[in-house]
Amino acid sequence: MSRVLSERSIEHVVLERGEVANSWRRERWDSLRLLTPNWLSRLPGYAYAGSDPDGFMNLPEVVNFIASFAAEISAPVRTHAAVTSVRSIEGGYQVATEQGEIHCRCLVIASGANNTPRVPDLHRGVPQSVHCLTTFSYRNPDTLPAGGVLIVGAAATGLQLADEIHRSGRPVTLCVGEHVRLPRSYRGRDILWWMEKSGVWNQRYDQIEDLERARRLPSPQLVGTPEHATLGLNPLSRAGVEIVGKLAAVRDGRALFSGGLANQLALADLKMERLLDTFDAWARESHIDSEVGPVERFEPTQVAPSTRLSLDLRSGAIRTIVWATGYRPDYRWLNVPVFTHKGELRHDGGVVSEAPGMYVLGLPVLRRRKSTFINGAEADARDLAKHLAGYLAGASAGV
Amino acid sequence: MGNIVNNGVNVDALLAAREALKNAPAAGEFTWRASCKWLNGTHARSTVQGFRGLGEEQSHKSEFSFDTDHPTIFASEDNGATPVEVVLVGLASCLTAGVAAVAQNRGIQLRSVEARLEGKMNIAGILGIDGDVRNGYDSIKVTFHVDADASKKEIEALVAQSQKRSAVFDIITNPTDVTVEVV
Repeated sequence: MSRVLSERSIEHVVLERGEVANSWRRERWDSLRLLTPNWLSRLPGYAYAGSDPDGFMNLPEVVNFIASFAAEISAPVRTHAAVTSVRSIEGGYQVATEQGEIHCRCLVIASGANNTPRVPDLHRGVPQSVHCLTTFSYRNPDTLPAGGVLIVGAAATGLQLADEIHRSGRPVTLCVGEHVRLPRSYRGRDILWWMEKSGVWNQRYDQIEDLERARRLPSPQLVGTPEHATLGLNPLSRAGVEIVGKLAAVRDGRALFSGGLANQLALADLKMERLLDTFDAWARESHIDSEVGPVERFEPTQVAPSTRLSLDLRSGAIRTIVWATGYRPDYRWLNVPVFTHKGELRHDGGVVSEAPGMYVLGLPVLRRRKSTFINGAEADARDLAKHLAGYLAGASAGV
Repeated sequence: MGNIVNNGVNVDALLAAREALKNAPAAGEFTWRASCKWLNGTHARSTVQGFRGLGEEQSHKSEFSFDTDHPTIFASEDNGATPVEVVLVGLASCLTAGVAAVAQNRGIQLRSVEARLEGKMNIAGILGIDGDVRNGYDSIKVTFHVDADASKKEIEALVAQSQKRSAVFDIITNPTDVTVEVV
């Protein structure tokens, strides 16, 4: 956003609570790599220039990538300036920060969707003897007590942690609710190549039939590794990870799992196949069948003949629970009435219509399916900068 | 123009209700009720008629009544289905209605839908013979036979979506708080 505002010569300041790329520096686990291949990690006028375009950046590389971009565009960043409050005032907003107060005509909220872990209320029933971690506090398997680990959540994070914790020799049980299954590669190309080239990733929010559902979808079960490995429930269960249904309740110290696991697996398989059908149809219509590999289909997710429905958390079999149940934004500092009864920010494609001059970036399917990916920031920022410039011009003209 | 699909489900009304309820969440709070009277032995009669929803009391067109009992091998008189069979009935009818609704919404014409259900249970649990055996079903298997203007994959997707939106499937697969009191 800073870059595209600069292109329009709109004076602005970027407030950062810590250092540039703060959440990548402090709030992620050690082994994390981007899900986007390097060649696709693009920011406005800026792209990966290294020797491994098909690789995936690790955490230090991501931090370096973002910090170098900030330096290259001379972004006017004020670091260690956490925002403590935003209020509406005549003609704009009053922003209180740890470094004093700012008045602005427009405000772009670019703090993202992943500010705090979203842990379900049922965590209160977990016995004290079980060590609990979130994906904010987890760093690597060595910091966990020996013994069994229950991982709650089967999005990208849950599966990545299940894999590495299982490899550390700890027995892992993985709770699987609604999830999105995707292969890392398809017909010889990265799955995000297909998402990008076929146009699926660029699909706009106002063209998506069930937008609320699309915005609630868990992140696809992907991992970025040097081997381009496909992360999935089949490889994990073959390796010995126990797959159980969604954690439905903790009652009298027992974890109770949903018996609806088979349906969740079937739904995810069906949706993956539908997406691959879309890619195949696009490849045919675009006459590129000869440039990619042959059509592939993947084995259905295997369901054990019977899955576990409960587990005694006081038996000692589970020493640690990792809540990989997603994130939510933190808007406690935003004292402007722009929220739904569930505390979600109301916006139309990033335009906070009820608060003139206020915008938001980096939320799921904000304006496009790729809105929360690094590569999705530019198009959204350009759209919103255009709207913002129009608003400023209108406000100046007294409209 | 394709043929107009008619499975007898008013999807427009359902979608309109969904939109209306988004703006009035309180109206979506429903209370379903049933009453049961003991008749004799294991024979009981349950009835339903009134329920609450859309912010007010509602009523079925008439009272519906369900006799339950146990078969003669349990030394009962077999005046009705067993309660555990009624649970299967609830699941079967919920999933089947769901298939029809989803098919209508997806423009798929149904010709026939049949579901067969099997619930496996070891009665050593309810008889108190073995404390390690649960009272309820160990597993329930539902087999659908669907004849429709759709591919096998589309039919599988119908059935999967029906489970995803099924109240009874959720009730059976996930824990529910149940309180029982005597007044």
